[in-house]
Amino acid sequence: MAANPEFMNKATIGFTMNGEEVSALEGETLIQTAKRLGTEIPHLCYKEGLRADGNCRACVVEIEGERTLAPSCCRSATAGMKVQTASERAIKSQKMVLELLKSDMPKQGESPYTPNSELDLWVKKLNVGEPRFEARSQPIADLSHPAIAVNMDACIQCTRCLRACREEQMNDVIGYANRGSHSEIVFDIADPMAASSCVACGECVQACPTGALMPANDVGLEIADKTVDSTCPYCGVGCLIKYHVKDNKILYTEGRDGDTNHFRLCVKGRYGFNYIHNPLRLTKPLIRRKGVAKTTELLDPNDLDKVFREATWEEALDFAAGGLKKIRDTQGKKALAGLGSAKGSNEEAYLFQKLVRTGFGSNNVDHCTRLCHASSVVALLECLGSGAVSNPVSDVSEAEVLIIIGSNPTVNHPVGATFMKNAAANGTKIILMDPNITSIAKYASHVLQFRPDTDVAMLNGIMYVILDEGLQNDVYIKKNTEDFEQMRAHLKNYSPEKVAPICGIDANTLREVARLYATSKSSMILWGMGISQHIHGTDNARCLIALALMTGQIGKPGSGLHPLRGQNNVQGASDVGLIPMVFPDYQPVTDPENQAKFEKLWGVDLDPVPGLTTVEMIHAILDKEVFGMFVQGENPAMSDPNQNHVREAFSSLEHLVVQDIFLTETAGFADVILPASAFYEKNGTFSNTDRRVQMGRQAVTPPGDAKQDLWILQEIANRLDCGWTYNGPEDVFNEMRQAMGSIAGMTWDRIEKEDSLTYPLENIDDPGQPIIFTDGFPTDSGRGRFVPAEYIHADEMPDSEYPLIFITGRQLEHWHTGSMTRHSPTLDAIEPDPIVAIHPEDIKSLGIEAGELITIESRRGKVVAYARADIGIQKGSMFMAFCYNEASANLITNEALDPSAKIPEFKFCAVKASAGGEIGVRIN
Amino acid sequence: MAVIKISPDQIKRKKRRGPKGHAVDLAALEEIQALLGDESRQRDLLIEHLHKIQDQYQHISSKYLVALAHEMKLSPAEVFEVASFYHHFDVVKEGQTPPPALTVRVCESVSCEMAGAHSLINALESGLGDDVRVQKVPCVGRCQHAPIAVVGQNPIHQATAESVTAAVDNNQIKDTITDYISMDDYKADGGYQTLKKVLEGSMSTESIMKKMEDSGLRGLGGAGFPAGRKWRIVSGFDAPRLMAVNIDEGEPGTFKDRHYLEIDPHRFLEGMMIAALTVGCDAIYVYLRDEYAGCRQILTKEIADLQNNPPSSIYQMPPIYLRRGAGAYICGEESAMVESIEGKRGMPRLRPPFLAEVGLFGRPTLEHNMESVYWVRDIIEKGPEWFSSHGRHERKGLRSFSISGRVNKPGVHLAPAGITMRELIDEYCGGMQEGHEFYGYFPGGASGGMLPESMADIPMDFDTLNKYGCFIGSAAVIVFSNQDSAKQLAVNAMKFFEEESCGQCTPCRVGTAKAATLMEEKQWNTELLEELASVMVDASICGLGQAAPNPMRCVVKYFPDELK
Repeated sequence: MAANPEFMNKATIGFTMNGEEVSALEGETLIQTAKRLGTEIPHLCYKEGLRADGNCRACVVEIEGERTLAPSCCRSATAGMKVQTASERAIKSQKMVLELLKSDMPKQGESPYTPNSELDLWVKKLNVGEPRFEARSQPIADLSHPAIAVNMDACIQCTRCLRACREEQMNDVIGYANRGSHSEIVFDIADPMAASSCVACGECVQACPTGALMPANDVGLEIADKTVDSTCPYCGVGCLIKYHVKDNKILYTEGRDGDTNHFRLCVKGRYGFNYIHNPLRLTKPLIRRKGVAKTTELLDPNDLDKVFREATWEEALDFAAGGLKKIRDTQGKKALAGLGSAKGSNEEAYLFQKLVRTGFGSNNVDHCTRLCHASSVVALLECLGSGAVSNPVSDVSEAEVLIIIGSNPTVNHPVGATFMKNAAANGTKIILMDPNITSIAKYASHVLQFRPDTDVAMLNGIMYVILDEGLQNDVYIKKNTEDFEQMRAHLKNYSPEKVAPICGIDANTLREVARLYATSKSSMILWGMGISQHIHGTDNARCLIALALMTGQIGKPGSGLHPLRGQNNVQGASDVGLIPMVFPDYQPVTDPENQAKFEKLWGVDLDPVPGLTTVEMIHAILDKEVFGMFVQGENPAMSDPNQNHVREAFSSLEHLVVQDIFLTETAGFADVILPASAFYEKNGTFSNTDRRVQMGRQAVTPPGDAKQDLWILQEIANRLDCGWTYNGPEDVFNEMRQAMGSIAGMTWDRIEKEDSLTYPLENIDDPGQPIIFTDGFPTDSGRGRFVPAEYIHADEMPDSEYPLIFITGRQLEHWHTGSMTRHSPTLDAIEPDPIVAIHPEDIKSLGIEAGELITIESRRGKVVAYARADIGIQKGSMFMAFCYNEASANLITNEALDPSAKIPEFKFCAVKASAGGEIGVRIN
Repeated sequence: MAVIKISPDQIKRKKRRGPKGHAVDLAALEEIQALLGDESRQRDLLIEHLHKIQDQYQHISSKYLVALAHEMKLSPAEVFEVASFYHHFDVVKEGQTPPPALTVRVCESVSCEMAGAHSLINALESGLGDDVRVQKVPCVGRCQHAPIAVVGQNPIHQATAESVTAAVDNNQIKDTITDYISMDDYKADGGYQTLKKVLEGSMSTESIMKKMEDSGLRGLGGAGFPAGRKWRIVSGFDAPRLMAVNIDEGEPGTFKDRHYLEIDPHRFLEGMMIAALTVGCDAIYVYLRDEYAGCRQILTKEIADLQNNPPSSIYQMPPIYLRRGAGAYICGEESAMVESIEGKRGMPRLRPPFLAEVGLFGRPTLEHNMESVYWVRDIIEKGPEWFSSHGRHERKGLRSFSISGRVNKPGVHLAPAGITMRELIDEYCGGMQEGHEFYGYFPGGASGGMLPESMADIPMDFDTLNKYGCFIGSAAVIVFSNQDSAKQLAVNAMKFFEEESCGQCTPCRVGTAKAATLMEEKQWNTELLEELASVMVDASICGLGQAAPNPMRCVVKYFPDELK
């Protein structure tokens, strides 16, 4: 049964509006009451979702007994108030405000930048005539930014952009400078937008009522054929987006409302869609020409024709599947391996793992989760019995304390970060723990810039304080946990005084932070790959889990554990079993009960032995154990550590099938390339970091002969005798529901209707559970387990020859290996060159200026990149994104693995640096 | 058409060097850290810290602005928008030439314009050379000595090109302080006895509140809200409560607060402290306009003296924080002042909520003009009837008239409330200057409108002038003569409001600019001006926009001959 409409539960206030007795709801402003009752009041600076500012005065109304008119956006009704929204006096002011603003528009006419100017709309509605005032002198246009056009001659100084930038996204780029009629909207200190600290989230564009801020290149002037409500293909936040489409091209985007993003987007989601229209898209199946040998070099797309030839789909599919089948049948089932993608839908990921398990016949299936949160998931499963986040990101608003550790959310989860910043603005204390001071530090009450690699020591020290000072939650520990005494004994060796010299954080700060976290009403921990990508990544996560368990800071609003997921569907791909040790829903392949269940569902015998993980596959190729691979939408020839090693492996494969949208670095090693569909070109569900299953909808069709991935998978599978007959994602989803209790109650129709549903959702019509672990844990004992972790060093420590620490990660504009973002002209223009971030004093000590080239070398490889001065980087270390093929950071990285999770140590290796070098050649 | 564009190569070079926006210059950061010392980096000190940079370097270059932002955990935009709001900060971006180290500020507001400010400006601009910047500024609060030029911080009275040049040449750039009643003298005369009683509880807050109510004292900043009632209202809201004292005396023609501060600062401090204690305020913020460098020196010293020698050794006084304005008329508006104390742009707040309930830092706030609390001691010690016994033409109380313009004895004249203009000129001002025939007057500064000589017999007090489209405000009376043009003075006033509008709301930001343009036309479009004026009055956020059309409307009403 539908709940009562919200307003029925609210108190009402009786007053008179335009002579009629009406009721306002508590907390409602006059303009909202009027709107609800169908009365229009002109307004410009007011926008639902932004703080009402009341500066434009277009919405002034007459309130009986008041000397002046009142802005209806900022006033609420009081009992008996008499309001006239359209009296002669009110209308006179409303119209004059519009006339004054219109007189300062370009040519005193309609906005030349948007057909949707709100000023033009109200000017028409109120019949405001030609302006009778002289125009102001106009500022010149700022067309410096690749994504956003700034035409301040259409600016009405309403500050909606400022509020969007400062109060909503909290990027703090836009200011309102000068005063009086010289007042102007500025970026930073009145800089051209492209030179400013603008992160191009575009919230200002979405907020602007007159087109003064618009998407670049006048796309906003075009009229879309259709709009499509979908989500974002980038990070795990999973923002809801509306795509405006014309002639099978996406023109521009808008954020949609929903718990994930409340209309907000970041630069990638808002402007990064145009990679799909890049002419380098693969549009024909390609087969390696006979006699063209594989080398360890990356293939230049200009040489594509020399290495590959076009083929029909029939031929390419036969060739692809035939090669796999031959290896399976001659060299055994385990001679094949598959890498699926966290970029594909749940349905695609599910079918891919099913293809490997039933078509290839082994569990040799993995995906990039291995490279990001494998260790987090292992620790969570081990300690709590579930690899999922306990609370959604939006729950940060409920938290008194947030620990953000090993995560740079403003870069990697930008919209999620806005909620963290909003929380800080509302009093939540953020404790940032990171070797590098990232931009969210500005909002943190405590910044712990600890030494790289010392997480376990530091976290143990914090836990020591909690027990030492008796701040643990004994009731919770007793009721919900096990092995606590073991933990207590273990922590005895980690007094803050002892760990302070190790982690570089003084004992008092550790004590303060421990008290803050333990004693707050609600504390939440958010972490990223700074935690997971170490050989002690699982240990790092174990510490965080123990911290939550001993304080009972889990299982309630604002209290919990949230490993921020990287890819838009890394949660879903893991959930549906795209990992070598578990079937869908994390059901171990080693458990006979699970084997029987899936053998029944899939109708074939299944391998009871866990398969190879990503990095293990590379070793297995070189060890001549794996001969054929199917790589769908992943790019290990850029993403995996120690690239020289990886590229050697790929070049030695007997048969490599790559299914992708571009000629990725990996595709260059393929025997056959199958041109696939981008996110925007298909339907499917995607599970975000909050466990929300959301509907991605097709906006455009794939280019040329490129095909949707589900079709390709089914064609390959059927050539491997699978006999699949799925008619589309809905069919696949319905099968998934049979395999996965967590979504058993989730129907395709309901996701279609509601856009976003949170699992666990076991029975039809369940509401879904945003917060889990509210009553114990899904372990055998029902209790959470303490697993002590000893402090160990990284695999490769700096020494006199390689004295510096090299840390990899991502940049705001570039996604993962860059295969999408570097093909987006907009994003590429914003971050065009390979840079390595270094502390300015370290740059100085190399004897060069910021912006010059440096050579970075490890025992495994070297790259040349531009030295970007960044005072947030810890001295003695450097940070680089792994998206640049002309300077591939993973040539440097160490493939040493965490023993439990098999995740490589991307976050730490030893390097040396020298001034100069020659920049590599970008190959696409 | 010209547009701002940046070539991809330029972008690349910038991105290779550093993160987006302005990189923090480590050397500049160290300088800023040294300059700020161990002072708090809390946000409300932004303007104070900007002053330190401006004082040190005579301008604020972008590297220091960015470093300060970093140090205070603010964005460059937040610092820039504040710095650029106030006249007294000179932000200099990369590639721009810093202003000369010395600035001569010449007032061009009503009284000074009448006294020949513009010819002085012309003479100085051509005579002082490139090493000195000549700046036209709004009223500096010394109108009885018009025209005024301020060399650095040294105000030159009845300035001439010669006297200004001499001051520049001799590097006389500091304000001079004349003798005033020191703390010892003040105490010797019975000062701080009342405060002691209040502190130690021997005088009840209720009795004080009652006396204040009975005195009929009304806020002397211009709005005229009954002081006693304000105290009672604020004390009715939940603690912690704060007090904010407004000495941003910027209304053209007004200089009474400076007058009293330069004579008897402790009478003000005692009254302020009694007010704070009676209402139960935990801290007092005193906002002093930056133009009053001498007063700042006095207050800095005397506040310290008071805090070091408290009247009671047992009971503590709330702390007093002296905050420095930075050149912005609008900060005399009480809510704009509160914003400025918080370290922000001085943009008035929308009301409700009123400051009494949600004021400084969101707390209930007792906001007072300096002079309002100046009389507190006298009212308590002499009794409320002492104050209310004054008055003329059925009005009660005393008013401190700041008188400037064409009279023989300009200056601050303490006169009975309700006195007429004609009486003031005759009894207090020594009549009109020779060669000048009384033509009209501004009864309450630039914003209070103008009245002709024929209406010089109206009692001047709160409320009495409203029906004529005027108000007494801070009692800044500017007398003009047959040698002046009311129309020209109205244009001056409107341009002043255009310059000083905070830029927040449309009717004021755009309205003052459009009105000023229309008023510079030879033939006024009075119909359009009146339509615009009525909307500015009705729809502006604060008093600035609401009062800005007053002089213009008065010209139409009372000086129609000038429009023919």
